[in-house]
Amino acid sequence: MADWFSHLHPAIQALIRVLLLVVPILALVPGLIWWERRLLSWMQDRIGPNRVATITWSKTSKFVPPFLRGKKTSIFGLLQPIADGVKLFFKEDITPSAVDKVIYFIAPGIALFPAFALGATLPWGPYPSLTPISNANVGVLYMLAISSLGVYGVVLAGYSGNNKYSLMGGLRASAQLISYELAMSMSLACIVLATGSLRMTDMVHEQEKPLWGLAPFLQNWYVFTPFGFVAMVVFLICMVAETNRAPFDLPEAENELIAGYHTEYSSMKFAVFFMGEYAAMFIFSGVLATVFLGGWNALPINWDWVAQHSTIPVFSGLADIMGKLNYWLAPLWFMGKITFMISVYIWLRATLPRLRYDQLMSLGWKSLLPLATVNFIVVGAWILVSRIVAENASNQMMGAIAGVGLWVVAGVFVYSIWRVLNKMSGEPVLESRSVTLVDPSKEGVAAS
Amino acid sequence: MQGVPLIAYLTLGLFLFSVGVVGVVIRRNPIVIFMCIELMLNAVNLTFLAFAKFLPTMTIPGKAPLADAAMSGQMMVIFVMAVAAAEVAVGLGIIMAIFRLRQDIDIDEMNLLRG
Amino acid sequence: MNLPEWLTPNLAIFATIGGVAALAALGVVVLNNAVRSALCLVVCFFMLAFLYFTLNAEMLGILQIVVYTGAIMVLFLFVIMLLNLGPMKSLIQQRDPKMIVGGAMGLALAGMIGAQVLAPLVGVQEPRAPEGFGSPQAVGYSLFSGYLYPFEIASILLMVGIVGSILLAKRRI
Repeated sequence: MADWFSHLHPAIQALIRVLLLVVPILALVPGLIWWERRLLSWMQDRIGPNRVATITWSKTSKFVPPFLRGKKTSIFGLLQPIADGVKLFFKEDITPSAVDKVIYFIAPGIALFPAFALGATLPWGPYPSLTPISNANVGVLYMLAISSLGVYGVVLAGYSGNNKYSLMGGLRASAQLISYELAMSMSLACIVLATGSLRMTDMVHEQEKPLWGLAPFLQNWYVFTPFGFVAMVVFLICMVAETNRAPFDLPEAENELIAGYHTEYSSMKFAVFFMGEYAAMFIFSGVLATVFLGGWNALPINWDWVAQHSTIPVFSGLADIMGKLNYWLAPLWFMGKITFMISVYIWLRATLPRLRYDQLMSLGWKSLLPLATVNFIVVGAWILVSRIVAENASNQMMGAIAGVGLWVVAGVFVYSIWRVLNKMSGEPVLESRSVTLVDPSKEGVAAS
Repeated sequence: MQGVPLIAYLTLGLFLFSVGVVGVVIRRNPIVIFMCIELMLNAVNLTFLAFAKFLPTMTIPGKAPLADAAMSGQMMVIFVMAVAAAEVAVGLGIIMAIFRLRQDIDIDEMNLLRG
Repeated sequence: MNLPEWLTPNLAIFATIGGVAALAALGVVVLNNAVRSALCLVVCFFMLAFLYFTLNAEMLGILQIVVYTGAIMVLFLFVIMLLNLGPMKSLIQQRDPKMIVGGAMGLALAGMIGAQVLAPLVGVQEPRAPEGFGSPQAVGYSLFSGYLYPFEIASILLMVGIVGSILLAKRRI
């Protein structure tokens, strides 16, 4: 496969790589919207969209089997996103007269650009000629850089609307995105330190190594290491905040700010914002899967190692087949992880109430950032200990004890720092107010 | 990238720098003046990087070969960025403080230090 | 049609990126609306990041996007929007004779520097930096070995910057 591909002109190769990333995202966004609406309705114990894509069978036609005649078959409202899209297309595109025209028109485009550009260093399979678009040696940094551009679309949309609620939404968005960017960078820095490289593919290959350097049949996905787990939690929270999703949807809080920065947008311009948000969700989920969940590998098992070392022939044959499946169906496993992460997004939206603004700020600055920073120190300790263990590799038992001990030490360390910080930052105690009931029939009260 | 001479980068850097200087002189909005200063810093950064790429690596006698032109140009850019970040944080803080004091940020009206 | 030898495709790419950067820089100074000026500056910095990529300084190109477009310019926009809540007369520039003087001065400056500094460097064509000089490894190694003291001083400077800006911006401490 790679042979004929490498003979193509480099520009065409690049174009194919870009299309292989962008087209699936564009095609899957409607499916994602459908999935969100269905899953959310299931979680909230309601039916959700089920009307579109209902087939009403003819009562008289001979081509319809008798048991179906006159019946209705509903396919879970699968075509609902298409109906929504058609609706958005044919809505009147209103441009309010007081908007800053130029910025008003370019803001949706600016919002869409980083969502797609984010994927440029994201590998979706073990095929170096097809993915990622650019295997740059600054992969993760590039991701952070582009995600920091996401704030412009929101801020400019909020500014250009010439509407105080939009402006509030834009201000909130810029403060929120800048704050959570820091913790996100810190959590990724931990992984960069553990990998020793900024390249995304290097991170995946690092995760294919033996678990904690001890168990060669398992893979060392970062989510299974103590620092990786903490980093993943921090990254997950920051990722939700960066994509402006519930419970961090303050910039577009419907019941506080009408709709925040896109109040003044209608029809297709609104759809573009919508699209950008969902594409960003998609790619951030992909980044999380790549960095923490072993990338394109289906299960954290080293099939090659099992195939070579298993003494039972059936096992080794099975492992061989599984290894081949793991290789050739890699995009499928990657998609599966993305779907899982997106379901987590929806789950969060269905579960958690929106944060208050000061809670948002104190979570970002006083909890996540220190936690990620402490985690950074833990990574250093982890690397040091694993080197010591590797030098005394003759004693496996010793190594295992050291590994478990480090888990405990790291956990206690992180927990104690967390507690101290929480105590320092302590929730402000709300002043208690007493309510006095006034009898309106008594005179003098109404007058004052 | 082959085929682009050093002079092209330097000309662009010079142009950006001059535009920045003109902006600082003629604009009255302190935020725009600030942006023009950033523009000048960036012009200098571009020049540093162009020299880092095109000048021959020169080893200072008695020093380790780390101190060659390619690296020192990039290091200067990093420090310029750090200084710019600190400067912007403090400068915008000053502008906010002045605005809070006077409800106006016209640079020609700021004469508190005149005595 | 014979193109002159110095006109390479790469030069055309450079001219496109550099031209956009130059136009955006002009926009910063010319446009009256501070938000549009800031937007032009964002475009300019973004294009400069691409120019850094063409100079093989990948690490610094990314840093340029992270630091300038991602942080500094967002801060600018934030402050502009924060101050712009009411209609501000002073943000609108008035015609002024000093514009012409300033423009002439800029031209004179450009001409002077150009004549004095650029002239001897016209012939330099060949990049001489070693391969991979802009990779994260090379930059990091250099930063943490030969330039450790300046690096630490820069970190102290940033710390002072943080404290100073909080002191300035906070109403009550």
